[in-house]
This record gives sequence, C-alpha cells and structure tokens, in this order.
Amino acid sequence: MDSPERHPLFQRIEKHRRRSGRVRENVVVQAHGGGGKAMRDLIEDLVVRELGEPEIDEDQAFASISELGARGDRVAFTTDSFVVTPLEFPGGDIGRLAVNGTVNDLAVGGAEPVFLSCGLVLEEGLEIDTLRRILRSMGTAAREAGVRIVTGDTKVVPRGKADRMFINTSGIGVVPSGVKLSSRSVQPDDVLIVSGRLGDHGAAILVARGELDLDTDIPSDTAPLNDLVRTLLDAAPVHAMRDVTRGGLAAVLNEIALASEVGMVVDAQTIPVRPEVSGFCELLGLDPVHLANEGRLVAAVPSDSADAALAALRGHPMGADAVVVARCRPEPAGVVTIDTGFGGERILDMLVGEPLPRIC
Amino acid sequence: MKYVDEFRNPAAGKKLVARIREQVAALGRTAADPIKIMEVCGGHTHSIFKFGLEEMLPDAIELVHGPGCPVCVLPVGRVDDAVFLAEQPGVIFATYGDAIRVPGSQKSLLQAKAEGADIRTVYSPTDALALAKSNPDRDVVFFGLGFETTVPSTALTLLQAEAEGVTNFFVFSNHITIVPTIRAILDAPDLSIDGFVGPGHVTMVIGTEPYRFIADTYQKPFVVSGFEPLDVLQSIVMLLEQMQAGEARVENQYRRLVAHDGNATAQGAMAEVFELREHFEWRGLGSIEESGLRLRDRFAHLDAERRFLVPALAVEDPKACQCGDVLKGTIKPWECKVFGTACTPETPIGACMVSSEGACAAYYNYGRLSTLPVLATSGA
Repeated sequence: MDSPERHPLFQRIEKHRRRSGRVRENVVVQAHGGGGKAMRDLIEDLVVRELGEPEIDEDQAFASISELGARGDRVAFTTDSFVVTPLEFPGGDIGRLAVNGTVNDLAVGGAEPVFLSCGLVLEEGLEIDTLRRILRSMGTAAREAGVRIVTGDTKVVPRGKADRMFINTSGIGVVPSGVKLSSRSVQPDDVLIVSGRLGDHGAAILVARGELDLDTDIPSDTAPLNDLVRTLLDAAPVHAMRDVTRGGLAAVLNEIALASEVGMVVDAQTIPVRPEVSGFCELLGLDPVHLANEGRLVAAVPSDSADAALAALRGHPMGADAVVVARCRPEPAGVVTIDTGFGGERILDMLVGEPLPRIC
Repeated sequence: MKYVDEFRNPAAGKKLVARIREQVAALGRTAADPIKIMEVCGGHTHSIFKFGLEEMLPDAIELVHGPGCPVCVLPVGRVDDAVFLAEQPGVIFATYGDAIRVPGSQKSLLQAKAEGADIRTVYSPTDALALAKSNPDRDVVFFGLGFETTVPSTALTLLQAEAEGVTNFFVFSNHITIVPTIRAILDAPDLSIDGFVGPGHVTMVIGTEPYRFIADTYQKPFVVSGFEPLDVLQSIVMLLEQMQAGEARVENQYRRLVAHDGNATAQGAMAEVFELREHFEWRGLGSIEESGLRLRDRFAHLDAERRFLVPALAVEDPKACQCGDVLKGTIKPWECKVFGTACTPETPIGACMVSSEGACAAYYNYGRLSTLPVLATSGA
C-alpha cells in the first residue's frame, strides 16, 4: 500500500494549502485579522500583490548597516498615522497620503527615504475593492518616491470601532554627511521660500466630503518631496526646511520663528494660491495660510542664495510655482506678521483649533 | 479673484486714506479727541483686521467694534440650552462652525461633542434639513444663529420642512434683529459714537429705511458698507463728508448689492415664519426688548424650544468678563481685566474671544502690533 504522503487526496490537499491566497469576500470580515488562513489570504492577495513587494515581511525586515552607511552618516526615523474622510479624493487617497506623508517627514529633515512600514487598521465591512485600490495606490506612490515598503501589520476591528481604515507608516531614511537642517538655525537675514500653491489638500478634502454642495473639484497636492529636496539641497545652502501640512503655512512659520527666535514678515501678495482655492476660502471665511497641504515645503535660505534656490526649485516639476513668501528680521523675535498688501501689517498666528467656517 | 480684487486695490486704498486725512484735518479732530466710528457688523471687524485698516487710518479716527457678531452676543444661558439639546438622546445637533467653541456655564458644544453628543458642523440650515431626511429615526436640531443675514435661510428651510411634512427637524432659534440693538447702543448713557459703518448683508435683506431713525432722531451719520477694504474706507470717507457738511443721513455705499427696499422675498419668508420675542438676552448687553425672533405658532411642531424641555435659565455673564463694555465700545478689548490673561482664544471666557469676528479675538490674534505701543504709552 502507498504511504499516506503519496495518496492523491493528500497531495491534492497539500497543493491546495500551498496555493497562493485569494480573498473571496466582498468586504473585510473579522477573520481577516484573526491570524488564520483568511488573514494569510488577505495579506497575500491584497497587501503583497497590490503593494508590489513580494518580500514584505509581517514580522521584521532586515537592512544592511554597511549599505545604509554608504549613503550617509545618520539614520532618520519617523512615524505618522493617517486618518482621512473620505478615503479617496481628487488627487489622491489615504494610501498615497500615508506614503508621501512619511516620505516628506524624512525628506524635509534632509534624509533620503529608504524603507517604510505599513500598519493597517481595517474596520469590518470595508469593501475589498476599496482596500485593493488603496493598497495599489500605496505601491505606486512608494515606487514613485523610490522607497520600499518592507514590513507591515494588519488588524481588523469590529464595525463602528474605526472609520473604515487607518494607516500608520513609519519610515527610515539616511542623512548624507554634511546635510544639517534645523528649525533652530534660521538667521535674521534668511528668506522663506514655499515650493508651490497653498491650501489645495485642505480645500480638496473639505470639498470631497460633499457637505458643501460646491460644484468644483480641487485636487489634493499630495506628492513625495524627496526629489525636490535633493534638487534644492544641491543648489543652495538651506538652514531649515519643513513640509507644510496641518495648520498650514501660518503654523510652520510660527514654529520656525519661535524655534529660531527671529521675526518674519509674510508678503500676502506673493502667497501662491490657486484661484479655486482662493474663491473657496472667501466663501467659507477660511484663509489659505491655515489650510493643510501634503506636497509643499518651506525652506529658509540666506537672502543672497534665494535666486539660486528659486531657480533650482522652479526647474523641478514639483516646484514650478516656488516663490519667496516671507523675509526674516531680528525683531520682534518669534513673531510672524503679514503685510496685507493693502498698506497694513498684522500678526499672523497659528489657529487655536481647526479652521471653522464663519456664519456670515 | 474677479469681482474681489477690484475692491482690494492698494493704490485706490492709499488715495482713500489720504482723503480721510484731509477730512480729519478739516474737521480739526486729533488723537486726543478722536472721531469714533462704530462698525456694527462682525464681518467689517474681520475685514478691518484682515487688511490691517486700523494701522492705515490717522490716529484721530477710532474704530469701535460693535455687537454685530452673532456668536459674540450669544448669552451663556443659550449656550447651556444648546448643550442640553445636543445631549438629548437621539438628537443630532447641527450648528455653524464658529458657535462650537463658545463657552457655556459648564461646557461648550465642542466639549459636549467630545463627551459623546452627536454635533455636526453645517454650512446652512438646508444641510441640517438634509441630515434630518437622511436620518429619519433621529431628531435633528438646527442652532439658528444670526441677524437678518441668516434669518431668511432659516425661514425658507422651515417652510420647506413644513411643505415636505418633515417631522424630525427642529430649529433652536437664537436669531436676532439689528435695529433694536443699534437703538440700545444709541440709548446707552456713555455713548460717544460719531457715526456708524452699517451692516451690508443685513441691509441687503431689510433695506436702508429701518435705519432712518438713527439719522433723524439721534443725528448720527450712517453708511451701509460692503466688506472689502475699499468699501470700508470709502464708507468712512462718506461718513466724514456728512460730518463736514454738518449732516446726518443714511447713505448706501454698498449699492452693488443693497437695494433701498431690501429683498421682499426674504422679508416675506421671515415675517411668515418668525415673530418678535418680547425680550431677548444678549451677552454683555443684558436684555433688549423686541430684539430676538421666535417661531410663530404655526411652526410650533418644528420649534426645538417647544419640542424639548429646554431649561432656558438665564445665566449671568462671567463676572470678570467685560464683553458688554467692549461691545458697546466703552472700553477697548485690551482694557478688559482678563484680556490676554485669563481670557485667550485657547481659554475664552467671553464670546468676543471666540469668533474670528469678535473684537477681542481679532485684537489678540492680529492686533498686538498696533496695541502693544498703545499699552506702552497708556501705561497699562
């Protein structure tokens, strides 16, 4: 008699066990986070396939110290969590945000992003098709930014315990020797350059929520900044760099002004804003300088290097609208003001909470 | 932006400011004896600060920021009622964004939301009505706020709800009217206002006729103004022209939007749905006769104050708070005892510190540059 291992039925079962996973459900169910076969199916069919990272490891990834060491002298490490409603919006989705957000956090510190992790918290009932699109978009965004997603984790929570899906990404980058950026090192004769038009992401999300009944599509500006940063760092001495995210330009400038104890004057006339965003803000009583962005940076450079920095930024597709928005001055230290363009000057502070539309 | 940039032209602004300087000189007024001009509407206050107009004007012009910010005049008791309504089981409480941070005696709507109340920010009452229709098993309460600018849209929404037979939509009316408010300011014993920049949007609805008494009885010039910086500056020029001629008239600078008779359709909807309350409590100003609007009996079934047992307790303004004096223009925001110490935009005591249209928030956020020297010279 044949040994059990050679029995055709056994072989069939063994073949079945080894076939690559496939999700059959239309929506995420609790079992997808349960550690069993359903979870393996989800990871193989969606995470591995759509991210396009066949070697992604849920437990740990390994990196060669000597390879990293050849690219710079310091490792940069950052983490960020992403929650956004709706998950998909003109110009991007939560997956693209999760890649670009962490890439940008590394990039504006002068680091070249190398690896990302991907932690998923999925709400039971999330459509598999949506999840597939978002993971595919993450994979595309990672390839565009030149980073690899090397490890991850997936959890499923019961319906009502999360808002469809949350993503956490952590990132590791390498800072080339000689690159030293700090919000504390801005000088009183520096100028501040913004890399593009402001407020697109904040306006895009508010419009995409569909609560405003506005017949316009403003695309988010979500994009990886690392290539633009490298271009800028090669062209001009940069003292500080920040990505302009939540809180908008006003928050970033105030943080830099306080950290470096310099004054700043923003020229309201030069703030680059898309006409649709400008109209949107007028309508709701919002200010583009308080709206979020996901693909814009602010850089402080010595005023005599401003032209070189601007030329480099404008020569890059992501920096075509780059412009000097503010000038530093010694006093009043830590205070940002705005020249309204109308002859008046006023304080430009951070918002206390979220931007709230006015009644009338 | 087309139709907006024309009214923000700096060169035209400088010309108007130069004209104002000539007028002030001709009137012989100085910083020691300034011409006090009140802008009634919070929208003007916002514009004045956003464009730094105060800095541009001569010292002999003092702008007094009036009570026309509907959020700022909302009394503590009404905020408590709003929180009470929001915390009722099954209620979705729909509010304009800038009311959400106004402090009540115990908490703000923002705190109530964090504690579990279902509070949604909406941009118009029709958004709230849509919420009611998409949540038929919930009661949706809309926080009706504002002067005649927003009353018509609340009225039209109530008419729509009535016509469509919606039974789970309610309005908590805190709507107020502008004329009794201006009258209360004019009757204040310590009044020292020389003229008014009149509200643009409100007047678009009610027309210019209701202001006639201000010129006729109180002999104060009144110019209805648009909201762009050139509008405000031109309105000041027009006020000063009247003063130079020794006249007091109601004039309309905002002709591109405001008709003499206002908007008859909007007035009709308001009158159909709302009636005057005998009294309405204002933060800082106390009770003002016939200044508040409630739903007529025909709309009782859509009135949150009749559908729910709203406590409706009058709560005293916080003792330290001098919002009333600020709103009447008798003190400047920074002269308030708690300005910038106990009362800041992060921890507002009075509502003037909450809304971006509030005089205190405007000074705190935008005005330090101009007020710091004032503080230094006045020795405060």
